[in-house]
Amino acid sequence: MVKRPEHREIDATAGRDAQVDATRAWVKRTFYGETIIEIWDLDFFYGRNRVLHDVSLGIPKDGVTAIMGPSGCGKSTLLRTLNRMYEVVPGARATGEVIFEGENLLKSDPVILRHKIGMVFQRPNPFPKSIFDNVAYGPRIHGLRNRRKLADLVEDALHRAALWDEVKDRLKDSAFSLSGGQQQRLCIARALAVRPRILLMDEPCSALDPKASDRIEHTARELAEELTVIIVTHNLQQAGRVSDNVAVLLADGELAEFGPTRSIFESPQDERVADYLCGRFG
Amino acid sequence: MSVSMDELGPGLKIRMKNRNIDCYVFFTLALISLVALGVILYFIFAQAIPFVGKLKVVPEGMGAIVKWGQDYSHTRLWDLFSTRWSPASYKHQFFGMVPMIVATTVITLGAMALAIPFGLSAAVFVGEVGPRWLKDIFKTVLELLAAVPSIVYGFFGLIIIAPWVRESFDVVSGSNGLSAALILSIMALPTIASLAEDALHAVPNTYREASLALGATKWQTIWRTLIPAASSGVIGAGILGMGRAVGETMAVLLVAGNSAFLTWNIFRSMRPLTAGIALDMAESVHGSAHYHALFALGAMLLLIALVMNWTAEWFHVRLLRRQGIREG
Ligand SMILES: Nc1ncnc2c1ncn2[C@@H]1O[C@H](COP(=O)(O)OP(=O)(O)OP(=O)(O)O)[C@@H](O)[C@H]1O
Ligand SMILES: [Mg+2]
Repeated sequence: MVKRPEHREIDATAGRDAQVDATRAWVKRTFYGETIIEIWDLDFFYGRNRVLHDVSLGIPKDGVTAIMGPSGCGKSTLLRTLNRMYEVVPGARATGEVIFEGENLLKSDPVILRHKIGMVFQRPNPFPKSIFDNVAYGPRIHGLRNRRKLADLVEDALHRAALWDEVKDRLKDSAFSLSGGQQQRLCIARALAVRPRILLMDEPCSALDPKASDRIEHTARELAEELTVIIVTHNLQQAGRVSDNVAVLLADGELAEFGPTRSIFESPQDERVADYLCGRFG
Repeated sequence: MSVSMDELGPGLKIRMKNRNIDCYVFFTLALISLVALGVILYFIFAQAIPFVGKLKVVPEGMGAIVKWGQDYSHTRLWDLFSTRWSPASYKHQFFGMVPMIVATTVITLGAMALAIPFGLSAAVFVGEVGPRWLKDIFKTVLELLAAVPSIVYGFFGLIIIAPWVRESFDVVSGSNGLSAALILSIMALPTIASLAEDALHAVPNTYREASLALGATKWQTIWRTLIPAASSGVIGAGILGMGRAVGETMAVLLVAGNSAFLTWNIFRSMRPLTAGIALDMAESVHGSAHYHALFALGAMLLLIALVMNWTAEWFHVRLLRRQGIREG
């Protein structure tokens, strides 16, 4: 078994508290900041099929963290564990601990959790409603009725998703009248409107052309100023451009490498990661 | 082993030819169904229109032509829209179908008011909330229910529902509009529930995920996303269910009471259009005013069904436009 990245320096036989402290110290040293989510010994199963093996990871609060790895290695699964969206699949189950705000989120209330951890999906999936209603959906389900406040919130979310200028005159139009890239930014705005602390993005550009991808990447970078962005991507160049830190999963669902993007890309510690990175660059 | 384009060639040509044949086949089938509809419409109206101008018996002293010591007059279109139906009398005849139009409307709306909420709830529960095995049982039971002949529902209504209605609502007779509405709602339920379930099932999973990921609860997701997104299908289910209720004859005949007096009170005996036709057809004299009046009832039934359809369709289009699926 590979030694898990931050565990290279951490004594696995020490008590749980000591390990937590050591991880925090490691993250602080390596990324110059604090963690927002700590994943401990996460195993994931679809029925009998084990998809994630013993993943442990401390995700820094600041910046963009990318999750990379070959297709089918469990990137989406890892991401969906963080907001418990895996629960929609019957027979899916996660064991281990995922600490967020001092609680194991695997045991907390998913509705409150998803309020704090938003998600953008691989394909743009706006609701069949107007642009305004799409963005207002989240605040409304959380009980906001005041029209003025709703309008402000929607405008703010659209600004932050860099979509406001394009849609400000057509908020009543159907979301389907937007282009694919605009729809994806609408989905980002929709997620932002509930003011999450973390934004999960699962290959948000895979259905988009390079120009639209570029805008999404740009948006992700800007968002990282105010919240934590965790992005799954296949694309090494994209990871290089957009992320501060990168976690690389391997085909058998093991976390092979985690650290600042630059250092992982330049000098991967794990041979298999090196192969993966080289294979991609040709 | 490789296949050259030339070898594929003949197959391709056959496919192209078949495509044209397919096209003709579909066109022909579509045409046949249109023609069939046209023929039905034509014959109903062709038999209804001669109603006007037939001789009818009128109360003494009011007639125009005197024959065999009785007063006669010619029927007019307006006769059909009076509020009294009494076609077989030898003293006087009335052909007003308003009581039956009212009965059909009241019973159908009553049935829908019961069947749509129950059908939709059943669909939501089975499709979205309940366990999977329940869904299989549910589908089987619905198919069974849909296959039960309507006369059997009629017996059920007569033996179970009508007595129950009489006791629970303390009315003179259980054969009334409410019993008919109840039995119709039970009959329409399988159609509505099953189609609504299909419609919910067809909503892309991405909508569910998007809603849940925003922190919506399961019920919020159902109410605010799934049902609106499935509304086309749900409305379609309602239309079909309503179609069944408007046109149903046998079951209604047994429990509605069938009195042809005008009343809006669902607790009174009522005679809907279908029952009106079925009851009188055997006794009417071929070619008489009565005979043609029955076709007029049929034509009216058709019109009511069409109007209900169009109304639902109008709501549907408005809804789609609001969702942005269809351009305004
Ligand atoms: N709903 C599911 N039911 C059963 N197995 C699943 C399900 N979703 C994913 N898996 C399995 O889990 C493994 C990891 O899937 P996951 O979608 O997390 O991979 P991924 O890294 O996101 O792949 P990709 O890059 O292609 O998106 C795969 O082997 C897949 O077959
Ligand atoms: Mg994936």
